[in-house]
Amino acid sequence: MSPAILLEARRLAAQRGNARLFAGIEFTLATGEALVVTGANGSGKTTLLRIVAGLTIPAEGEIRWRGKATHPFDAHLREAVAFNGHSPALKDELSAEENLDAWTRLYDRRLAHERIVDALDGVGLFRQRRLPVRVLSQGQRRRIGLARLALVRRTLWVLDEPLTALDAQASGVLGALLDAHLDAGGLCVAASHQPLPIAADRARGLVLGEPA
Amino acid sequence: MSRAPRQRNAHAGALRDAPAEAARSAGVDDARASVLGAIGWALARDFRVALRSKGELGVQLLFYVIVVTLFPLATSPSPEILATLGPGVLWTSALLASLLSLPRLFASDYDDGTLEQIALSPRPLVALVSGKMAAHWLTTGLPVAAMAPLLGSQYALETPMLGTLTASLLLGTPILSLLGAVGAALTLGARGGGTLLALLVLPLYAPVLIFGAGAVDAARAGVSATPHLSLLAAGLLLALVAVPFAVAAAVRIALD
Repeated sequence: MSPAILLEARRLAAQRGNARLFAGIEFTLATGEALVVTGANGSGKTTLLRIVAGLTIPAEGEIRWRGKATHPFDAHLREAVAFNGHSPALKDELSAEENLDAWTRLYDRRLAHERIVDALDGVGLFRQRRLPVRVLSQGQRRRIGLARLALVRRTLWVLDEPLTALDAQASGVLGALLDAHLDAGGLCVAASHQPLPIAADRARGLVLGEPA
Repeated sequence: MSRAPRQRNAHAGALRDAPAEAARSAGVDDARASVLGAIGWALARDFRVALRSKGELGVQLLFYVIVVTLFPLATSPSPEILATLGPGVLWTSALLASLLSLPRLFASDYDDGTLEQIALSPRPLVALVSGKMAAHWLTTGLPVAAMAPLLGSQYALETPMLGTLTASLLLGTPILSLLGAVGAALTLGARGGGTLLALLVLPLYAPVLIFGAGAVDAARAGVSATPHLSLLAAGLLLALVAVPFAVAAAVRIALD
């Protein structure tokens, strides 16, 4: 089976206020492929990712998912996308375990609690799983985000600066998760200043802020 | 050490499940279960977070008690005057207490990224925000209504009037939570959102205040309070139907 193109961006342009961030962005992404978006600060990486995730309306152009044009908050796209943004969406008052439990239950009501503990173990937070997130470090919070990616079953991962605040061990975990995701036919669009911890031939690059 | 391969396998199976799951959720029963599940999910989560931060809840309730208690000190201890003031004071204080608690409804979820994740989840956003509003009422409006008989007796209100007061607050405070949620969602991300929120929401609260305090006044005058309470109930039903859609739309605009 040849890899099928699932995600397609056509002539995307974005505007913030009066400033044109980028225009004429085109790419396609097939099953098992990753796209790494790079560019200077303020070149619109986060905006592009939010457009791909279906959170922001592009000024021009469109995102097509499985051959169909999508609008923001499209139900088909929502069935497929997992978005890890700058903020890990954790409640300070709840423990790592409770946060993760709540998020995964939103996606899959039948997920066994054991799996959540396993996933926390997988990102090295087994001992901290009952602590309120308030006392965890920035890197530990990001690790909970990784555990969520592992548990929530989505085809398209949209990751904004996934390596921020991660140590060597955690970025190894991210690499393993990405490899497994791509092996299983998943797609990934990530913005990153550092190379992603996956084999170089698996990731394609897109540079923002250069004249097309 | 054996963790990584296990995750890998679980994940591979998962991707194949996704389209099947989408097809299954097309059924009407599943859709209903999904809506109810989403309401319950948001309700349980917000309720749990609220119970962990009891301090904030206590402050809001204490604010209500103090404002209600200040009026007799500033006016007169005569039972006649107090009974006249009572309904208006109790209702205005309930309004202010509700206003005080509104920023917590969406702003913290907006700041920590929760709102993004909720909006991108496969569950209907309308149901999720409904659950949030229900949790807001249970943790702020309901305690205010429950305290009312105690505080009303400070104002020399007699027992039947205390009953009317509580009934009017039980019908009215959910409307306050619902209307307030529209304002809270519309002012997300705006500079000086708190002040803007008050300007936006207080005029919308006015009809609720008029019928709520009016119900108690009617009871005091010996007239039936039923028309006022019926109007409040009608307002509540209308808000229950219309507001969740408005709030969901406002949340999506705020995230863009």
